[in-house]
Order: sequence, then structure tokens, then C-alpha cells
Amino acid sequence: MFKIVKRKEMAKGTVVLNEIEAPLIAAKAKPGQFVILKANEAGERIPLTMADTNPEKGTITIIFMVVGKSTALFATLKEGDAYMDVIGPLGAPTHIEKLGKVVCVGGGTGVAVLHPITRALKQAGNEVTCIIGARNKELLILEDEMRAASHDLRVCTDDGSYGHHGFVTDVLKAVLTENKDMKLAVAIGPVPMMKACSAVTKEFGVKTMVSLNPIMVDGTGMCGGCRVSVGGKTKFACVDGPEFDGHEVDFDELTLRLRAYTEQEKESYTCYRK
Amino acid sequence: MAEKEKSEKIPRQKMPEQEPAVRARNFNEVPLGLSPEAAIMEAGRCLQCKKPACVEGCPVGVDIPAFINRIREGDFPGAIQKIWERNSLPAVCGRVCPQEMQCEGKCIVGKKDAPVAIGNLERFAADYERANRKAVKPSKGASTGKKVAVVGSGPSGLTVAGDLILKGHDVTIFEAFHRPGGVLVYGIPEFRLPKEIVFSEVDGLDAMGARVELNTVVGRSVTIEELFAQGYDAIYLGVGAGLPVFMGIPGENFAGVFSANEYLTRTNLMKAYRFPEYDTPVIKGKNVVTVGGGNVAMDAARTALRLGAENSYIVYRRSKNELPARAAEVHHAEEEGVNFRLLTNPTRFFGDDKGRVIGMEALKMELGEPDASGRRSPVAVKGSEFRIDCDLVIIAIGAGANPLLTKSTEGLALNKRGYIVADQATGKTSRKAVWAGGDIVTGSATVILAMGAGRVAANSMHDYLTLGW
Ligand SMILES: Cc1cc2nc3c(=O)[nH]c(=O)nc-3n(C[C@H](O)[C@H](O)[C@H](O)COP(=O)(O)OP(=O)(O)OC[C@H]3O[C@@H](n4cnc5c(N)ncnc54)[C@H](O)[C@@H]3O)c2cc1C
Ligand SMILES: Cc1cc2nc3c(=O)[nH]c(=O)nc-3n(C[C@H](O)[C@H](O)[C@H](O)COP(=O)(O)OP(=O)(O)OC[C@H]3O[C@@H](n4cnc5c(N)ncnc54)[C@H](O)[C@@H]3O)c2cc1C
Ligand code: SF4
Ligand code: FES
Repeated sequence: MFKIVKRKEMAKGTVVLNEIEAPLIAAKAKPGQFVILKANEAGERIPLTMADTNPEKGTITIIFMVVGKSTALFATLKEGDAYMDVIGPLGAPTHIEKLGKVVCVGGGTGVAVLHPITRALKQAGNEVTCIIGARNKELLILEDEMRAASHDLRVCTDDGSYGHHGFVTDVLKAVLTENKDMKLAVAIGPVPMMKACSAVTKEFGVKTMVSLNPIMVDGTGMCGGCRVSVGGKTKFACVDGPEFDGHEVDFDELTLRLRAYTEQEKESYTCYRK
Repeated sequence: MAEKEKSEKIPRQKMPEQEPAVRARNFNEVPLGLSPEAAIMEAGRCLQCKKPACVEGCPVGVDIPAFINRIREGDFPGAIQKIWERNSLPAVCGRVCPQEMQCEGKCIVGKKDAPVAIGNLERFAADYERANRKAVKPSKGASTGKKVAVVGSGPSGLTVAGDLILKGHDVTIFEAFHRPGGVLVYGIPEFRLPKEIVFSEVDGLDAMGARVELNTVVGRSVTIEELFAQGYDAIYLGVGAGLPVFMGIPGENFAGVFSANEYLTRTNLMKAYRFPEYDTPVIKGKNVVTVGGGNVAMDAARTALRLGAENSYIVYRRSKNELPARAAEVHHAEEEGVNFRLLTNPTRFFGDDKGRVIGMEALKMELGEPDASGRRSPVAVKGSEFRIDCDLVIIAIGAGANPLLTKSTEGLALNKRGYIVADQATGKTSRKAVWAGGDIVTGSATVILAMGAGRVAANSMHDYLTLGW
């Protein structure tokens, strides 16, 4: 059993943080890696990125958005409750090196995934500009942490309730126009956002890394459920990724594959709420 | 001689089974098991050969006449004890071993009549013991103080663990999934091998003192180097051949096209057949195409029926004679109404505007000259394209070596297909103190061969731990 030692609601109860006792994983995890969690016997295996780890304390932190049955169930777990199974660290760690100027773009809970990567890029000596966004002010997460992890933080909201009024792509365009010597972009968030960011950076010729979130089962390259098309080749996101070159990813295929279980997911969530 | 004539008159006892029309819609086990009376009758058919051919056919050399004789005498605990001497997973083997090609294939009675139902008798002895708990478990050797790590809890890893525990070593099994058993729990469906049986075999190991560390992906959660650093004296790699193979044809990434691994894992291990009581969903197709002709394909096609398919097709590019699946499984599938589209090879999948699979294009095939495998190779008939409408496709054309662990381990020799190179007689790999066996060495094979490899390695590991490399 993997005990929750801290729980925090980040945004109106739809985004929740869990700090979980998992000493072996905490000792081993690197930025960009994820875990698969199962709440109880009947539970589904759900992949979530580690937003932070504390090897001394032996804990890992996940931040998730409630979108369906399993994440809703996760949100009901209190401090002292436990996940039945936590598997990890999974996925290839982010390749971190000193490049010069880099820009990190995060949307929604993608900011949680972006945070450890941003921190590592800064520690490696890069000059980091960060752009984070959400639909509105209340859904924005980790602003202070992201500020600390970067040299320059820009915030935007779709509805203008905070920071720049508009999408992260608008700000990304501005940043890239200002900085012709940008070496790398990292964009993590909902699929449409990563797709749009990749289109912008392609125009500017800036290499771009995205973190994909296809539906997974085992997370070890055994089922092939997480397959994504990258540069015309099939890759397994759980072992070859989850990070890939955004200019090569077939985002449309990913979007369609993410909808594979829409009906069952609805059924499951409806059942659960009754 | 008189004895022999008498025994030949008893017909092979039929295994009672659920009716095809009923069982095709439920996940309960298909064969119901022999009654004690029927088991004793069947045991009476055995000639107690002096040079038993059946034993030669058994990859782990179970003393078949001896255990059958005990059943004949009504000494059921004695029978299971006899089997345990050579086989630690009899309830599993009695259900899934290809007996028709192994022990039963060699049985002398089978020369004139139907062979002795060795598999059914093995299953009977194991099930009787599980229900009654009368037999004395094999006793454990004195502790040697040596620590062994077994990676993977499939049949091969479980065998190594069982053998080494008996020899007094301190054994820890590391398993990537949240449940032990390997293919026995995630692949082979409940209606062929109830999961409770696998768990009860694992519990037996547990009771003897083996530790099972679940949720541990060796190569990611912990590496081989780290295991040695933690004080393990020897390591066995029994990670199976868990890499799904796809065909590489257009449309394979449409939603609704699954690997057999994913389809069966969702259904069996994650219990999607009890969705929404269990949270993991699986697509329930009306018209389901399974591509392939092995046991895996039969399992997938029969699972699809149980999940409510109106039509469950097997699409296979050769003819019925070449189907690699066990004859019994093909027969079960046919009885249940699986529709065999033989001499048919898929060329592409069609999808709708939502990216879901809605059909498959295939070519008719003819059999040409025998190929390297000795089977006549399929040749496409020009212009024979046709379409099968379907809303779910399961690709079951084989499995490869998963590189996750092997890529993260230095100095481990692999063959060109990525399987671990291990000495047949010992299971030793190119790395000192590391052994390997089962599907990760041989490629997809059988439960009993994986167990046999485990047995060989356990003996070699014991030698190493007590005598040196
Ligand atoms: C490597 C990886 C890292 C991720 N990291 C985070 C994270 O840090 N924070 C976060 O909020 N979310 C993250 N996700 C997404 C998260 O896994 C899904 O939101 C979650 O599985 C939804 O499950 P549900 O039962 O609540 O919703 P459901 O109702 O089952 O599904 C809602 C939607 O979530 C997606 N989804 C469903 N099942 C899975 C699955 N097994 N794997 C992946 N996606 C699925 C589908 O698009 C689906 O339409 C990550 C996904 C991956 C693959
Ligand atoms: C659907 C299906 C039906 C079959 N039907 C039959 C049948 O009727 N009769 C028969 O004899 N054979 C059958 N087989 C084949 C048989 O199941 C295999 O040959 C046998 O299970 C191989 O055993 P193994 O121990 O080598 O590996 P597996 O059973 O594959 O077990 C390997 C285990 O290692 C774990 N693992 C993998 N990588 C790691 C890692 N890095 N760290 C930790 N753990 C890891 C896996 O999760 C798994 O639990 C079938 C196979 C399938 C898929
Ligand atoms: S070969 Fe057949 S008859 Fe002879 S001992 Fe074996 S099971 Fe009995
Ligand atoms: S999740 Fe199964 S292969 Fe990636």
C-alpha cells in the first residue's frame, strides 16, 4: 500500500495534489518520468507524471485533473488513505542539457508535468522563459513554483481573468519573435495546445519537445495500447516516450485514439456518481 | 496380458464440459473436471508400462505411471505428491499443456485406442488437493544464506523460485504487474484457466517463504546492477516474450485495433468483462476480427464472443491444417461458433471519421511450396481483395522480445531477434551469476517448456550457489 501523506486541492477541487509514500520510486525517478496508479482492487491503471519527488522523505507528488471515474475516485482519497498499487518510475527521463535559451510552455495540469523539467533545465544552466496558461485564474496551478523554476514567467488565461488575455500560443509567438536565438521549446498540456504550440515553433524553426498522454495499460511496452505515430513510425509512448519531437507527432491520430472509450468512460462515471 | 485386454475395454472418460451455446456467453471454466469415479476409471486404462513412453514426452519428466497408479488406488493425496516431485504447477499444466503432442501423444494405449487422459488426471489430482488439502508439501532444505532474485512471475520464474526455496535459498520474485502469474493471469482467459488457481499456486510459494515484490519493473524500478549491489547472489530472468507484434499495414492505429496482449490484459487481468463493476473498459465489438491462428488468437476470438460479439472471425493466412493452436482449442472455438476465415490475409483497415475501425480489406490466399518452417507458404491470389465489416480487430500474430530489461542490462548477450542467449543445459547467460529461461530465451513457447527451463536453471543456480560458477 502507498500512503497519501499530503493532499491539497489546487484549483476549485478539479485539480488535486497527492504526496505519496513510495521510497523506492522517489529514490529513482527523474524529470519527465511517470507512475501508474491503481486505487483499489477493482481500479483502473492510471498513468500520472511525477510533479515532484522527495528522495529523503521517500515521497512522490502527483497532480491530476478530475476528468472521469478514476481521477474522481482519486480525488476522494484523503490523507492517510492509500493507493493499492503504484508502479514506476516509468518512461524515458527527459534529456536535459545546457543549450542556452529555452522556452517552456504549460497548459492546464500540463504545468505539473512541466515543472520538474523546467527546474532541471534551469539547473543545467539554461536561460529559461516560461509561459503557463489555464482557462481562467482559478484553474491556474503552480504559479509560484514555476516562477522560481524559471528566469522569466509569463502567465495567460483564456478568459483574461489573470495575466495576458489569450492563449499560450500568442505569448509563445511573442517570445520567439523577441528571442531569435531560442534553442528549444518544451510544450506540455492538452493535445490541441501541444499541437498549436508545435505549429508555432515550426514556423520559427525551433526544436520542440512535447509530452504525450495516450491511453496506457501496462506502461512497460507490453500492450501497444499507447502507440503514437511519430515521423511516420509507430512508437510506444510508455517506453519510447512520453516525450517526442512535436514537429513529428501525428496529433490528430492521438486525439482520435484518446476517444476510444468515450462511451464506456461515460457509463463508468455515471455509475460511479450514483 | 489379461490385465491389458481388460483395460482396453474401458473407453476414455469424457471430460464433462459446459454446453457450447451456454459457455460462449460466460467466463466460467469450460471443462468441469472429472469426478473421482471417472478419474479412477480413467486411471485404470493405464498399462503401467515398464518403459513409459509418456514420461519421455513430458518436458519435466513427471513419473506419470506412478501418479496414475495412485489415482487408480484412490490415493489422491499420494498422486499429487508424486506429481509435485517434478511439477510445481499441476493445476495449470493439467489445463493448458499441449498433452496431445507431449505425454498423451506418446502413450502406448493411444496406438490403438484413445490415449490415457493424462492431462485430465493431472488436473483432477491438483484440483482434489486444492479442495481437500490432504497432501504433505515437499519439505524445505536447511537455509544456505544465499539470496536469489527471480525477475518475472510467469511459469518459468515460479518454477525457479519453487525449486530454489526447497533447496534452502532465500528467494525474492520481482514482478512488473500488480498480480503474479505472467501470461497465466494476463493472457490465458478465465474460462480456460481460472485465476484463483494461479494465485493459489503462488500462495503456496509464499507460504514456503518466497517474497513476491509486485509493481516492480526491473530495468526501471531497479536494475540488475542494483540487485547485485543489494546483495543478491544470483539472478534469474524469466520476463517472457511480452512485445506485441503488429502487421505494419495501413490503418493499424485506428481506435478499435488492439494487440492480443492489450485485449486480453484488459479483459483478464483488469477484469474488463465485469465492467463497470471493475473500472477498466474494453471495446465490445459486434463484428470482431482476430488475426492469427495460434492459442492466443483462439483465446481472443472466444473472449470476444463472451463479451457479446455477434460474429467472431478468425482470419488466418494458411489452411486449417497449419493452424498452430492446439486442436482442442480450435475445436472448442468451432463449437462455440467462432467463424474461421482461412486462407485470408489482411491488407488494410478502414476507419470512420472518428478514427474508429469499421472494416478490413483482405486477400484470398493459396498454399504454395513449403517454406523454412516446413509449412506450405501462403501465396496471394491476385485481384481477390474483399472486405469484412468489423468494429474490433485483435492482432494475434505473435510476440517478440521486450527490450525494456535487456536494454538496461550490460553484458547480456542477445540474439539478432533480441532474445537472451542462454545455455540450454544450464540456463547460464553471458553474464556471471545471471540465468535466463522461458519465452525470453526461446521465443513464444509453452507453459511446460518455460517450467522445464526454470528447472534446469534452478539446478545450475544451486550448483553455483553451493559450489561456484
Ligand atoms: C504518461 C502520462 C502522464 C500523464 N500525466 C498526467 C498528469 O500529470 N496529470 C493529469 O491530470 N493527467 C495526466 N495524464 C492523463 C491521465 O492519465 C488521464 O487523465 C486519466 O487516465 C483519466 O482517467 P479517468 O478514469 O479519470 O478518466 P476517463 O473517463 O477514463 O477518461 C477521460 C479521458 O482521459 C484519457 N484516459 C483514459 N484512460 C486513460 C489511461 N489509462 N491512460 C491515459 N489516458 C487515459 C482519455 O483521453 C479519456 O477520454 C497522463 C497521461 C499519461 C499517458
Ligand atoms: C493468450 C495466450 C495463450 C496461451 N496458451 C497456452 C496454452 O494453452 N498452453 C501453453 O502451454 N502455453 C500457452 N501460451 C504460452 C505460455 O503462456 C508461455 O509460453 C509461458 O507463459 C511463458 O512463460 P514465462 O515464464 O517465460 O513468461 P511469462 O508467462 O510471459 O511471464 C513473464 C512475467 O515477467 C514479467 N516481466 C516482464 N518484464 C519484466 C520486468 N522488466 N520486470 C519485472 N517483471 C517483468 C511479466 O509481467 C510477466 O508476469 C499462451 C500464451 C498466451 C499469450
Ligand atoms: S504410456 Fe500410457 S499406458 Fe503407458 S504408462 Fe504412460 S500413460 Fe500409462
Ligand atoms: S502502455 Fe502498454 S505498451 Fe505502452
